Amino acid sequence: MRYLTDRKRAVGLGSAKSGVHHFWAMKVSSVALLVLVPLFVFTFGSALGGSYEEVTAYYARPFPAIVAALTLAVGMIHFKDGVQVLIEDYVHGTAQKYAIIGMICLSYAIAAVGVFSVIKLAL
Amino acid sequence: MADVNRGNRPLSPHLSIYRPQLNSITSILTRITGNALLIGAILIVWWFVAAATSESAFATANSVITSWLGDLVMFGSLWALWYHTLAGVRHLIWDNAAMLDLGSAEKLGWAVVIGSVVLTILTVLVI
Repeated sequence: MRYLTDRKRAVGLGSAKSGVHHFWAMKVSSVALLVLVPLFVFTFGSALGGSYEEVTAYYARPFPAIVAALTLAVGMIHFKDGVQVLIEDYVHGTAQKYAIIGMICLSYAIAAVGVFSVIKLAL
Repeated sequence: MADVNRGNRPLSPHLSIYRPQLNSITSILTRITGNALLIGAILIVWWFVAAATSESAFATANSVITSWLGDLVMFGSLWALWYHTLAGVRHLIWDNAAMLDLGSAEKLGWAVVIGSVVLTILTVLVI
């Protein structure tokens, strides 16, 4: 019979098992977004409502295009990490795995489509 | 012998016990706004793809995003974005183990709520 100490029983049984890396990744992306979000709100906000010609001309300029591409990419990476925690809290078992995989794929897809479109507009 | 009292431990009080308060409401709103922003993000990315595709595709996406429903979603997303941003700043402050006392936390909560409304109105006025 193995001798189990209190410590041996507890190690690795925290509710999350790990998480410092996840926390740090969200912290880094949140600081990046703190700069990007106001820039995006005001550049995208001034483009929205314009005609097709105005919008394509506006996003042919480097600054609004770079801000939009970065905000969509970093924003969706931040979302990917955030929605994973949401799912981990409320969905359990196999459904949790499916939900996390699905949302991570969706996050990358939205980021890729957004960045591709902005680059196509800019070039 | 290690802990033999398994499955019969006291539970800490949860949602059904606590009275809603500023801290709990602003906390769950951070999660709700952050995740709800997916809808705004999808609309905006659709708008970008459409603009990169053709004039007629843009006309469709643009008419949806600038319709009254689109305006409502964009306005809500704008507030959600500012709210989530300010709530994020609050977390960055708290991460340094600063302003965690009741009085400061209460002030930060109101700063997030009022600040998000003020920033939303300011943004709408500027744009």
